[in-house]
Amino acid sequence: MDMGKTILEVNELTTRYITRFGESVYAVDHVSLKVEEGKSLGIAGESGCGKSTLALSLMGYYFPPLHYMSGAILIDGRNISGMNPDDVRKLILGKEIAYIPQAAMNALNPTQKVIRFIEDVIQVHDYGATKRDIYERARALFEKLGLPASVLEKYPVELSGGMKQRTVIAISVLLSPKVLIADEPSSALDVTSQKMVIKMFRQLMNDGLIGSLIFITHELPLLYNVTDDIMVMYAGQIVERANAKAAVFDPLHPYSKGLMGSIIVPEEGLRNVKLAAIPGVPPNLKNPPSGCRFAERCKYVTPECRVTTVNLREIEDGRTYRCIFSENELREAYQNG
Amino acid sequence: MVKSKDVCLSGAGLTKVYGFGRTRTLAVDHVDFSFYEGEVVSIVGESGSGKTTLAKMLLGLTNVTEGEIYFQGEKRDISTQRKRREYWKNTQAIFQDPFSSYNIFNKIDTVLLDCINMRGGRGFSRERKFEMMTEACSFVNLKFEELTNKYPFELSGGQMQRLMIARVFLLKPKILLADEPTSMIDACSRATILDMLMQLRSEIGMTIIFITHDIGLAYYVSDSVYIMEHGKFVESGSADQVILHPKAAYTQRLINDVPKIYEEWDLSTV
Repeated sequence: MDMGKTILEVNELTTRYITRFGESVYAVDHVSLKVEEGKSLGIAGESGCGKSTLALSLMGYYFPPLHYMSGAILIDGRNISGMNPDDVRKLILGKEIAYIPQAAMNALNPTQKVIRFIEDVIQVHDYGATKRDIYERARALFEKLGLPASVLEKYPVELSGGMKQRTVIAISVLLSPKVLIADEPSSALDVTSQKMVIKMFRQLMNDGLIGSLIFITHELPLLYNVTDDIMVMYAGQIVERANAKAAVFDPLHPYSKGLMGSIIVPEEGLRNVKLAAIPGVPPNLKNPPSGCRFAERCKYVTPECRVTTVNLREIEDGRTYRCIFSENELREAYQNG
Repeated sequence: MVKSKDVCLSGAGLTKVYGFGRTRTLAVDHVDFSFYEGEVVSIVGESGSGKTTLAKMLLGLTNVTEGEIYFQGEKRDISTQRKRREYWKNTQAIFQDPFSSYNIFNKIDTVLLDCINMRGGRGFSRERKFEMMTEACSFVNLKFEELTNKYPFELSGGQMQRLMIARVFLLKPKILLADEPTSMIDACSRATILDMLMQLRSEIGMTIIFITHDIGLAYYVSDSVYIMEHGKFVESGSADQVILHPKAAYTQRLINDVPKIYEEWDLSTV
C-alpha cells in the first residue's frame, strides 16, 4: 500500500503544556505517524484528547505554554523539531507546512480587504513581490478553486461563513505547502457550505496544490469521505490507525467503537438505532492513569487493563491499535454486544 | 410516543421583515404551522433561511411584523413584562452557543435557584431547594456537589449544554425551543445531549421545537419535520415521509449534503 514517498514523518513526538503552577500536562504523548505524498490522514477524537495540540506540535513552532519535549518531525526528510522559532516561521510555515486553525475564518481582519492580507502573507516569504503580481497570483488560484475573483476586493464582513472559510483555505495554499493541516475546518458551517469546503479539499489534493492533508474533526462521516486513513486519538495517545473504511466499519479499539456508535446519518433505519454515548470524561492528563488510559470508561475492562502499559500493536496493512485484547477477541466481544 | 392532537403552538401568516427601503429583507415569509403537544418538531434549513428568526419570534425576543402566534389555542399576548414572564415560564430555549448563554457573574447555584423561584418555589426550605437542584443535576449526569459555588465558564461546552437542560428540567415548560443545541459540541457529547432531551420529553411531556441544519439529526429526533427555504416552508410532514421520500428539490439537496457512510456521497451537486 505504501508506494509514494513519505512527506511527513513523526517519531515519538512528545509535547507538554506547562501550567502557571508548574505542572506538566502531556497533551501529545509519544505520537508517531507517517503521511505519504498524495495521501490524507484524518484525526478523530473527543474534545480534549489532544487533536489540536498535535496539530500545533506538528508545525514545530512552539510558544508558551506549549513546550517541545522529545521526538522528531521530518518534512521531506528535513528535521524541523529542534529549529529556532524564527527560522520555522520564515522557512517552514506556509511553504512546507500550512495550518488552518479552528475558526480561522473569524481571524480575517475586518478592516481590510482580503487582498491586503494576501499581500502580507506573500511578502513575508517572497520579499519584493509587487502588488500586481500578487493580485494576479491570487486571482489565478481563486479562479482555479472556483471562487469568484471579486472576493479579493471585498471586506470579510461582506462574505458568508462558507465563503470566508473557503477564502482562508485558498490563502493557506498560496505557497503550495507540502502538508496542510486543517483543524475543524467545517464544524461551524451548515451542511451545504461544509460540502463545498470538502469538495475544495479534494480538489486541492487532486490538483497537487498540496502534497498531503491532515484533517482534524470529530465528525466521522466527514473523515470517511475525505481522508484515506483515520487515526483516533485518546488522552494524548494514538489508540488506533486504519484505513477509512476499516476504521468506520470495523473499529478495533473500544474507544473507536464507541465513537462509531455516535454517528448520525439520514439513512433508513436510523430512527430505531439508539445512539450509544461513551459514559464519563477523558482522564486528566496532569497525572494520567497507569495502564490503559481508556480503562475507566471501557465496557470490556479487566483488572489487568489498569496495571499493564499497553503499546500499539501492529496488524496487517499497517493497521495499529492500542489494546491488550487481540483482534479476534475484540471482534467477538463487539458481536456479543 | 405521546400523540395527542392538541395544538400547542401555531402560527398564521407569520412574517418578519428586517430593514426598509433598499435593504428590506424578508426573513420569514407568511408561514403557517401548528405544533402539537408532546411532539418533537424539527425546522431544517441552511444558514440564512430564516430558522433562527422564526425561533426568536416564537420566543418573543423579536417583534412580529405581520401575522399571529397562538399559544394553546389563544392569541399570544406578551405586551407587558408580566405577561412576557408568564409566557417564558411555558416557553424555554436552549441556544446554539453554550459559552454565551450564561450570565458570567452568576454562579451555577443562582442559575438553578432562579428556575426554582420562577416556578413558585420561593418559599421552599433550603433543604428542599438543594434537593431539587441535586435531582436536576443528576438527571443530566452532573454532580451538584461538584458544581456548587462554581461559575458556568468553568465547565466544558457539553457540560454547559447539559446544565441548560437541567434548567429546563426544573422549569418544566410546555415548549422547548432548541436552536442548534449540538452544533458547537463534539459528536460524542451530542449523542448524550440528544438522549437527555428525548428523556425529558417523555418525562414531562413537552413539545420540543428543534432547529437545525443537519437533516440527519432532524431525522433521528423528530416526529415531524418542516423544511425551510428563503423564509418559507417548502415541505412538511412526518419525519419518515419527508426524509425518506422527499418531494421538494431543496429537501433532496439538503439530504444530499449530509456526509454518508453507507452509500456514495455525491460531491458534484455543489
